[in-house]
Amino acid sequence: MLEGLPILSFITFIPLLGAVLLAIFATTSKGDARKQLDIQAPKVALIASVAVLILSILLVLDFDIAEAGFQFMEDTPWLGGGIEYRVGVDGISVLFVLLTAFLTPFCILASMRSVKSRILEYMIAFLVLETLMIGVFVSLDLILFYLFFEAVLIPMFIIIGVWGGKNRVYASYKFFLYTLLGSVLMLAAILWIYFYSGEQLGERTTDMRVLIEELSIPGNVQTWLWVAFFASFAVKMPMWPVHTWLPDAHVEAPTAGSVILAGILLKLGGYGFLRFSLPLFPEASLSLAPIVFWMSVIAIIYTSLVAYRQNDMKKLIAYSSVAHMGFVTMGIFTFNMQGIQGGIFQMLSHGIISGALFFCVGVIYDRMHTREISFYGGLVSKMPVYAAFFLLFTMANVGLPGTSGFVGEILTMVGAYQVNPWIAFGAAFGMILSAVYALYLYRAVVFGEVVNEKLNDILDVTKTEIFILGSLAFFTILLGVYPSLITDVTAASVEKLIEDFEAAQIAVGVK
Amino acid sequence: MQTLITFLPELFLAVSASLLLGFGLSKSSDRSVLVRYISVGILVAFAFSGFLLGRPAGTSFSGLLFNNDFSDLLKCIIGLSAAGALLLTQHYFQSEKLDRYEFSVLTLYAVLGMSIMVSANNLLSMYIGIEMQSLALYIMAAFNRDSLRASEAGLKYFVLGALSSGLLLYGASMVYGFTGSLDFETIRASIEVTGVTTGVIAGMVFLLCGLAFKISAAPFHMWTPDVYEGSPTPVTGFFAAAPKLAAMAIIARLLIVPFGDIVGQWQQVIIVLAILSMVVGALGAIVQTNIKRLMAYSSIANMGYALVPLAAGTVAGVQGMIVFMTIYIITVIGVFATILQMRLRDGMVEQISDLSGLSKTNPAMAASFTILMFSLIGIPPLLGFFGKLYAFLPAFEAGLAWLAVIALVASVIGAFYYLRLVKVMWFDEPNREFVRAPATVRIITILSVLLIFPLLIIPGIAGGLLGFAESAAQALFAQ
Repeated sequence: MLEGLPILSFITFIPLLGAVLLAIFATTSKGDARKQLDIQAPKVALIASVAVLILSILLVLDFDIAEAGFQFMEDTPWLGGGIEYRVGVDGISVLFVLLTAFLTPFCILASMRSVKSRILEYMIAFLVLETLMIGVFVSLDLILFYLFFEAVLIPMFIIIGVWGGKNRVYASYKFFLYTLLGSVLMLAAILWIYFYSGEQLGERTTDMRVLIEELSIPGNVQTWLWVAFFASFAVKMPMWPVHTWLPDAHVEAPTAGSVILAGILLKLGGYGFLRFSLPLFPEASLSLAPIVFWMSVIAIIYTSLVAYRQNDMKKLIAYSSVAHMGFVTMGIFTFNMQGIQGGIFQMLSHGIISGALFFCVGVIYDRMHTREISFYGGLVSKMPVYAAFFLLFTMANVGLPGTSGFVGEILTMVGAYQVNPWIAFGAAFGMILSAVYALYLYRAVVFGEVVNEKLNDILDVTKTEIFILGSLAFFTILLGVYPSLITDVTAASVEKLIEDFEAAQIAVGVK
Repeated sequence: MQTLITFLPELFLAVSASLLLGFGLSKSSDRSVLVRYISVGILVAFAFSGFLLGRPAGTSFSGLLFNNDFSDLLKCIIGLSAAGALLLTQHYFQSEKLDRYEFSVLTLYAVLGMSIMVSANNLLSMYIGIEMQSLALYIMAAFNRDSLRASEAGLKYFVLGALSSGLLLYGASMVYGFTGSLDFETIRASIEVTGVTTGVIAGMVFLLCGLAFKISAAPFHMWTPDVYEGSPTPVTGFFAAAPKLAAMAIIARLLIVPFGDIVGQWQQVIIVLAILSMVVGALGAIVQTNIKRLMAYSSIANMGYALVPLAAGTVAGVQGMIVFMTIYIITVIGVFATILQMRLRDGMVEQISDLSGLSKTNPAMAASFTILMFSLIGIPPLLGFFGKLYAFLPAFEAGLAWLAVIALVASVIGAFYYLRLVKVMWFDEPNREFVRAPATVRIITILSVLLIFPLLIIPGIAGGLLGFAESAAQALFAQ
């Protein structure tokens, strides 16, 4: 159905087209026309993002899950010298494209009412962001990947800084500089690989397919390159101890910004590990895996404890995100089927669940303009529908069986157990802690008496909010009871990833 | 091949500049506007004359000058950027009541000097080119002669410029003494015979120090912030663009042609200059509140980046330097065009805080300035990223990966102050509104932003442009 169409380029650049149109209208219109444009802008953005969603669904339907390699390839000359515009998806990336396309319309929908100022610029920033995020997932050229990966900083900096809360300037700087420092090290590594591919293969290239298949980097250099990539992905992920930008950025970002941040941006790091670190540096990945394991376990336990001590709802969820990302890194570096499948599943499910939790916080923040946990209490009697949704997502966050959170955590732990039981034990302990902080949050906000008079007039969720939360709840449960929806799509590609990985180990005589 | 035809563009420039000088003098009525437009036309014609003439590479004046693809390409970029900077002066000088035709003529002479610099093939002609350029620049810096700051800037520039000329001459005399020639190719041949002598090395280091003044590389940068701040804004814009490229080009030529066989001797000097400039530029800019001073430190840092590929001493390195400098010039002209738009009802302002809330009062200006800043940080997909990409790649090839890593880390520190401008424009509350800028200034800003934004994204275009820089670099090595 989609043969011959540059479908991935359409998906990637439709939001950008929308943004450019909005920007052109914005600069050419004055006065009343400009005001009118502010009203129309969210609709334009919504249309663009829904179009992307429809195309992405078509893409996934047309995707051949038996095929492990890349599909829907596009290859166009670009900079020359082996650096070309190459895009394509495999079983791993196609679902991240879908996740991005799925979350963005909800973000736009949620922002329509909660964003009061400069709605037009906000929509432009979001559309640009969508293009860049999808671009990261589809690009198969190192330089192109870096281009999208890094460019994400620009709209996020503006989103946090302009529409954020009190401490937004500090948060936006921290976000920008942390991630920039991580990425420039990765750029250095990319340049080295580009240069080295010329030495080894005779012709320079940044084509991921060629690099994965043919390039073999000497062991000691692999370690350096791995560390450089790791610096970038670990900051984006974020892993302990470079996670401190995340709570600040989250707290100050507007609701939709938080959803995108937690739902998709945090996945760029995990995706990067799968797509680049493992295939390009198999030896270094294997030898440094223990360090990653312990960092993951520390992240899971430490940030869970920190989360429990928060008085700001968003900060609490932000720290819980760091903990959940710990499961992802742990799963990926087990290098076995369950672990990696679990890591991918955990990323996708966390995208939905944490997004939903931030929407939940956004719902009451829009009404009361505070995120202090102590401000609330007894919401169950005022907002019963809201309480039900919040409960579901809290439970999913804890990893209750039947929700998607459970599948990801159990798979990663099964994977980790095969490698090192102590790691799995530590992670399991973290799961208990996650119940502690999540239930603490839920109890303090929803249960108990209404002690704060200001809460007397609070209204329950609106239809739009029910639609958003309901859709997310549907997928949380669907993936919880029918996880093969995801694992079947990723299976072939993950299997190939592991095969290549082990072949590389055998080639150098490690195994 | 020795013929006058290789000198035709310079001849054209010299003759027309002199004629314009007479034309401006001959009548009492004010002809500054007319002279400016004619000068812009001359500069554009000059920029493309090298390509249009299609002359073969060759020397003129007994080997004093040598023209090839390298000098043709650089003359083209210098001519165009000077034309852009000259157009920017129009409205500023008129409103400051400074509009004199001499300025345009001085620009032409400065470009003539730069043109001699980039095709110099002899230490003497190099010196003549540099002095010709510098003398014009000293006057331009102090062009607002009633202003204390401008006079101070001009004087400072002059005194330190004289010092650098002294260093240059001293270095040249030492090289002459130890090799017996001022001609680039003879020096090279002589070094080949005698081997590396201490005298040659000392002379070369003096030459490099003198030239480092001209590109304001640390530790020879101290004049830059004061001159940038004191000079009239469009003049600063001119300083930041063409003269930097010309000086960078002569450094490249000097290193590759006469000293091409002793890469090991000068590489460390260039590396030290590069690292110091990057660090001083990045750290010095953090505390600045005046946007012109900020851009001065930014240019110091950027010269450091441009020296990184040069340190590699390869074709790709020279290509990377040309690509980086061209992109930097496009950006910096855009930046100064934006600074020229910072005009309140009661005059120009140049504090960073004056920009606050610009995204509300003037969204288009804020958006374009933001793009320029992100390009200077080097965030893809903006042009600045590609500049750094092609600048740092040669360092990897030459085994200087660590230098590239330092450069990348310095660019993260640099990101901090560029971000401050973005922060002021977007996150802070609006100040007083700027008056609407004249069309020329806005058009140049838009042109610069358009060049920065989509140029290298479009498939096919990039390859062609990179090809120009490559053939220029190859020509330098073939000499």
